[in-house]
Amino acid sequence: MADQAEKGRQATAAPSPYAIELKGISKAFGPVQANRDINIAVPRGTIHGIIGENGAGKSTLMSILYGFYKADAGQILINGTVTPIPDSQSAIRAGIGMVFQHFKLVQNFTVLENVILGAEDGFQLSTSLSKARKALEALSRDYELDVDPDALIEDLSVGHQQRVEILKALYRQAEILILDEPTGVLTPAEADHLFRILKGLKEQGKTIILITHKLREIMEATDNVSVMRRGTMVDTVKTAETSPEQLAELMVGRKVLLEVEKKPAAPGRTILKVEDLRVKDEHGVERLKGVSFEIRTGEILGIAGVAGNGQSELLAALGGMAKATGRIEMNGAALPVAGRGADGQSRRTAGIAHVPEDRHHYGLILDFSAWENVAFGYHNDPKYQKNALFMDNAALRADTEAKMATFDVRPPIPALAAKNFSGGNQQKIVVAREIERNPELLLVGQPTRGVDIGAIEFIHKQIVALRDQGKAILLVSVELDEIMSLSDRIAVMFDGQIMGFRDPETTNERELGLLMAGMSGEAA
Amino acid sequence: MERLPRWADLMLVPLISLALAAIISAIVIVAIGQDPLEALNTMVTGAVGSAYGWGYTLYYTTSFIFTGLAVTVAFHAGLFNIGGEGQAQLGGLGVALVCLSMNWPHWALALPAAAIGAALFGAAWAAIPAYLQAKRGSHIVITTIMFNYIASAFLVYMLVDVLRPAGQMDPATANFPPGTELPTLNHIPGLSLVFTKGVPANVTLFVALAAAVAVWALLWHTRLGYQIRAFGKSEPAARYAGINPFRIIMIAMLISGGLSGLMAINNVMGEAGRLVQNSSEGAGFIGIAVALMGRNHPVGVVLAAVLFGFLYQGGAELGLWTSIPIELRTVVQGLVILFTGALDQMVRMMLTWAFSFRSPSQARGA
Amino acid sequence: MDYDTLLQLLGSTLRLGTPLLLACLAGLFSERAGIFDIGLEGKMLMAAMTSAAVAALTGSVWVGLAAGIAGSLLMAAIHGIASITFRGNQLISGVALNFIASGITVLVAQSLFRQGGRTPPLAGDARFSPITLPFAEELQAVPVLGPLYHDVISGHPILVYVALLCVPATWWLLYRTRFGLRLRAVGENPAAVDTAGISVIAMRFAAVAITGVLCGLAGAYMSTALQAGFGREMTAGRGYIALAALIFAKWRPWQALGATMLFGFFQALALRPDVVQGVAGVKVPVSALDALPYILTVLVLAGFVGKAIPPRAGGEPYVKER
Repeated sequence: MADQAEKGRQATAAPSPYAIELKGISKAFGPVQANRDINIAVPRGTIHGIIGENGAGKSTLMSILYGFYKADAGQILINGTVTPIPDSQSAIRAGIGMVFQHFKLVQNFTVLENVILGAEDGFQLSTSLSKARKALEALSRDYELDVDPDALIEDLSVGHQQRVEILKALYRQAEILILDEPTGVLTPAEADHLFRILKGLKEQGKTIILITHKLREIMEATDNVSVMRRGTMVDTVKTAETSPEQLAELMVGRKVLLEVEKKPAAPGRTILKVEDLRVKDEHGVERLKGVSFEIRTGEILGIAGVAGNGQSELLAALGGMAKATGRIEMNGAALPVAGRGADGQSRRTAGIAHVPEDRHHYGLILDFSAWENVAFGYHNDPKYQKNALFMDNAALRADTEAKMATFDVRPPIPALAAKNFSGGNQQKIVVAREIERNPELLLVGQPTRGVDIGAIEFIHKQIVALRDQGKAILLVSVELDEIMSLSDRIAVMFDGQIMGFRDPETTNERELGLLMAGMSGEAA
Repeated sequence: MERLPRWADLMLVPLISLALAAIISAIVIVAIGQDPLEALNTMVTGAVGSAYGWGYTLYYTTSFIFTGLAVTVAFHAGLFNIGGEGQAQLGGLGVALVCLSMNWPHWALALPAAAIGAALFGAAWAAIPAYLQAKRGSHIVITTIMFNYIASAFLVYMLVDVLRPAGQMDPATANFPPGTELPTLNHIPGLSLVFTKGVPANVTLFVALAAAVAVWALLWHTRLGYQIRAFGKSEPAARYAGINPFRIIMIAMLISGGLSGLMAINNVMGEAGRLVQNSSEGAGFIGIAVALMGRNHPVGVVLAAVLFGFLYQGGAELGLWTSIPIELRTVVQGLVILFTGALDQMVRMMLTWAFSFRSPSQARGA
Repeated sequence: MDYDTLLQLLGSTLRLGTPLLLACLAGLFSERAGIFDIGLEGKMLMAAMTSAAVAALTGSVWVGLAAGIAGSLLMAAIHGIASITFRGNQLISGVALNFIASGITVLVAQSLFRQGGRTPPLAGDARFSPITLPFAEELQAVPVLGPLYHDVISGHPILVYVALLCVPATWWLLYRTRFGLRLRAVGENPAAVDTAGISVIAMRFAAVAITGVLCGLAGAYMSTALQAGFGREMTAGRGYIALAALIFAKWRPWQALGATMLFGFFQALALRPDVVQGVAGVKVPVSALDALPYILTVLVLAGFVGKAIPPRAGGEPYVKER
């Protein structure tokens, strides 16, 4: 099968210099036009970046290319030949391999089993396994892709799991490799290693499509870059002939205010003191490994770091969502870190509000109406009670209407279910609920993830305004730009620990990047 | 994505499911060589064609309201309680122990005591699966199924070896004292004008309706209900909001088990006057169909309970007057569960399709 | 308890454990592919009725067996359509199918035979008869092992041996073949299977079909081998015991054999309260033995006897994500 595909490719390879051409691709999900008349041509043997904001339609486009969705209109050309891709099997046959943002691996299978899944030779497994073992050894040698073929996926680090995904594609003879946001879960060092692998693949004549929303990666790794905005392809340029500023402008359609206007901080007394805080996950692995810091009134402490280095656990422990050990002091009084009193309700009573990292998973009940969500976490608040027995739903609806007006939530309908609001408006509901409490300390995780530009500016202003009222804010974000522009002080986390504190005025992205990779100053 | 109007989703989905179940049942009746129209006629006449028939229909309805509400409360907490049957049987044990404990002077005293006994025993039987789910993550569907079987074995033991009076052959308790006899509808002033013959439906019907109102108020107008619903929708979000999962699982299941147990005052105290083997006769399982059909809302549950009351009384009439076996009602019950609970997406797709014809401009504009 | 009694007990353990084993392996295929199936009971019941009815009508147990498998497959197909095609709630679908089977078997049997929902008693070729294994008679004289071979291992209907052979066959299929790899993968992470270009829907339907076939064997065994005809509710919760055994076995084939034989042993004991009383010294209520498999399963589920981790994607309909 693989041989046939090889022959097919060779037969048509010569005339076209492009590995992939997409012509007039359109795709709608109900009323949402995810892709509109997309045209793109990717020269063979290059690394081609596709950049755009969340929701710009990058992933949809690649899913069409991988046969996950059927385009409403348009053509796909592989090596100059029109190639319909109705399913993933056809994509694989056409020599396309895909590394998804969320890996598609079977956790309790070995590396080898994952690699052969779907590409087995014959009914008996043993022959497939021994053949794949040899092939894997060769691939590891050629491309710095070393992983233990007999290791279980669940025992591998994220970086290694990603290599398995790449190996899967290469084992299937992929000539075109698509990577969707591949560095979101990697440390800068792991990301560098990945880019070395990709360059090696390019030298072997493979074509690589790199989907990302990070400008730095585009500038570092790609030959050409296509910019998408709201479902359309805005432009394709040579990377060498563009700049991050120009790309950013193309992405959002106007000049981006990367800087947030804010006065210098006027920090007061210490309000939160954290000492040697530790959190274990459900498997007993320590994820937060002894973190200590203080936050003062009137300052924003930004926590920078690659996703998965203990930031979520830190928020969870402070927000009363996870058992911890160590010490949390609020206004000089110790808060319980485990057992009784270490829950979201007690934290709210202590004056801590929390905008969680994942609003769909934590911050909102998507099936609940907006007004029910406004009570979420504050359902015991006396002002929402009619008497000892019943809640005052009417008061709650009125309160919701007021909050919707203040925060410009659209549409301003309290009875509408949370799931029917856009990402930005959902986040505004959460932020409104938490900020309007006038908390002494606000925990904020990824405040602008999946939020449109307009809402980002609004939410940033609200956070700064809260700080200017003399409140303390702990900001966790994987977006370095956001950390740099909002924070008054930056702590960098790596592997469950704080690597150091920096002043945003005096530090730079390079220094923070090294800290995020677990290095405290020297070169990589 | 096109969506159905809310009213259609709430009203039409169960009705279409019911229609599909009825059509298939009719096909089954034809297939076994009988006349479906005659069958329907027999059912209607027998179940709702006379006050006497209603007296039976409402008797069944009463039990089904309790078990339907039980499934509903657990369902809102994200828990599928299939253990209603076992909990109802244990509720029967509670009723029997209370009723036999003393020579009750009047039913008005015996009823609250027996109700407490029934609810406590039912709740206790739900407590163990609930605890195992909350503390050890044991899948509550499987544990409650297991507890149904353990309950029935336990009741066999209790009735054969413990509670059976000396010299009695059949495994059952002694008859309850006369002071525990609940007034049936034909003995209630006013209603006795309608119900002239002795019927099994009794004052428990009003307890059941009160329970429905209480469940409605609990779920949508109290903090506890808010927390139950929030937890049922998203456990991680509930943890974020400081809702204690252990507490919610326990409380929701205790309420659910208590409601299942409560049905025993209808059948054991109100009708049989003693506890026999398999007293609940599958009513615990019918609660699943009732809750699904009633869209997990107390109003829907009461309506669906009447429907199933009709089905049960009508089915019994079929067994009596035609050669269609009484088991037909089990088939209908299964079909209703299938269409409302498992094939609801299919029904919804059919409706969406139908709606796209009815208002093409609206569908495009949405 | 003497040796003869023990042999009798073990013999009936094998007889009573066989339907549990077949149903348990049936559930294993479905649940390993990520489809929960609490409808094993209904499928068995349906197969018990269709096989006994057809065997009674045709006089051939083999035609009856085919009909049993067909009946069970029909139920499996409905479960598949509800839970795979329409992504319905798998637990509710299973519950529903159990009720449907419980009612419709009586309806059909009654309309066919008018014997109170039973089929006529089966005899001769309409029933599976015991087979004597080679040398069973000759070796009977060998002390200890001879009677064991003759009384326990030999002398069962063919389906008992088929069930036993299904254990290594299942193991081989699951762990040594491409089909098994894909089946296990689809129950753990269907997205991995989908992106590898394999149809999740086809894999899951294949698994559900195997479940149907094995439940068909189990049900046919009940009515045409263990007993001589169908009676209402004759499976008496065996589908649920098989489900319990599946959890007890942690979804693995050899352990399934052990668990079902253990539960079969309890059932055998429940039929011999005199033996239990003789060994235990006190009168043990039969109902305690009846409840034992369920209590054990609850203990397993509670993690007191090792942790039972079900397939990760179990119970979740597969939806492609963006």
